[in-house]
Amino acid sequence: MSESFFSKKNMKLIKDPLNDDNPITVQVLGICSALAITVKVETAFVMAISVLFVLIGANVIVSLLRKVIPSRIRIIVQLVIVASLVILVDQVLKAFVYDVSKQLSVFVGLIITNCIIMGRLEAFALGNKPGASFLDAVGNAFGYGIILIVVAFFRELFGSGTLTLPVVGKIEILTSLANNTGYEHNGLMILPPMALITVGIYIWIQRSRNRKLIEENH
Amino acid sequence: MDVNSNKYTIGFSIVMVVIVALLLAFASEGLKPMQNQNIEREKMQNILKSVGIEVTRDEAKDAYDKYITEEIVLNDKGEQIEGDAFKVDILKEYKSGGQKNFPIFIYESEGSKKYIIPLVGKGLWGPIWGYIALESDKNTVAGASFDHKGETPGLGAEINQGWFQEPFVGKKIFDESGEYKSIRVIKGGAPEGDKHGVDAISGGTITSNGVTEMLVRTLKIYEPYFKS
Repeated sequence: MSESFFSKKNMKLIKDPLNDDNPITVQVLGICSALAITVKVETAFVMAISVLFVLIGANVIVSLLRKVIPSRIRIIVQLVIVASLVILVDQVLKAFVYDVSKQLSVFVGLIITNCIIMGRLEAFALGNKPGASFLDAVGNAFGYGIILIVVAFFRELFGSGTLTLPVVGKIEILTSLANNTGYEHNGLMILPPMALITVGIYIWIQRSRNRKLIEENH
Repeated sequence: MDVNSNKYTIGFSIVMVVIVALLLAFASEGLKPMQNQNIEREKMQNILKSVGIEVTRDEAKDAYDKYITEEIVLNDKGEQIEGDAFKVDILKEYKSGGQKNFPIFIYESEGSKKYIIPLVGKGLWGPIWGYIALESDKNTVAGASFDHKGETPGLGAEINQGWFQEPFVGKKIFDESGEYKSIRVIKGGAPEGDKHGVDAISGGTITSNGVTEMLVRTLKIYEPYFKS
């Protein structure tokens, strides 16, 4: 049973959620937060990191406990584990990145209800070893994070003309253009519907490049 | 061992709850000082913002100590009493009975003195709050800053924007005869030259009314102090 940590099978756990089995664009899970916190790149980034931490923690813990969790209360146990991790993340954000925590507001708490996390716990961690669960968590969290950051990039660039990057801070990109040439920012980009449309466009591009994702018409 | 027996299930739940509770309690206690510091500095930032000083959170403490030279607590009759003005939770003062504490922060720089008063009120969806600063004549508004918890974006939420706050500057809370008028947010726009009115937000009527209510109620409490 000794299997290399970086075996083909394990690498698939990381790669699949990035494209073929992306939690947002293919499984269409966790859409709610993707709409809400993608107005700025920085908030999207912090949200992605938070989900990464919670998902890795929950997946590994549930996987370690998979043989001792009574099956009748397994959903409750999973929820308690996820909720505790989320509260930890929330407390840490409040202490160290207060501004971002204010912007994320309730959405950190809502990670608890993020379908991706419960989905991975039920579908993967309960039946697999901690190592594999760890990779599965990393893969899915990255799959989620990539979409968040891509959507936030386009929404912030065209909606506000800036890019707010973590550490670096706010970079004004299109604002000088706006001042000199009469170019107007597209205010619609900041509103939630455009997040949905941006995700839609991403799905469209993804499917046109990756034809096996297209459902057959009967 | 049967992991699905009732005994085991109950035992498992109890152990799990105890571990989780301990963990979270430790985390919460350990991080509290840093969280409180953030909240305190944000308050300092907001107080300074009402007199037009924008500082980052890290600079807030130094700037606050430099510009805010006096913190006063008043009771509901407008008399000065003992107390730590900065620590007063103004929302609780309105709710609780008995002795009331109303803080004033006094800003002093290059000979000019301004009086900063904290405000709390209700918007459409939740609390709104802010600070209003008066010039040394205790009548003319030097600046105002408002914020909100969850007002409608683009409508009520605009109260934290400059275009709403700037017109407050130069307004007066007493008329020529010294009668208390407060400042009102007027639907449809304040008439030209109105010393006691500013433009309301179209589509944000309830939030605008909340701002008016907050100003009328709060400044009234400080009237005796301003007249003394």
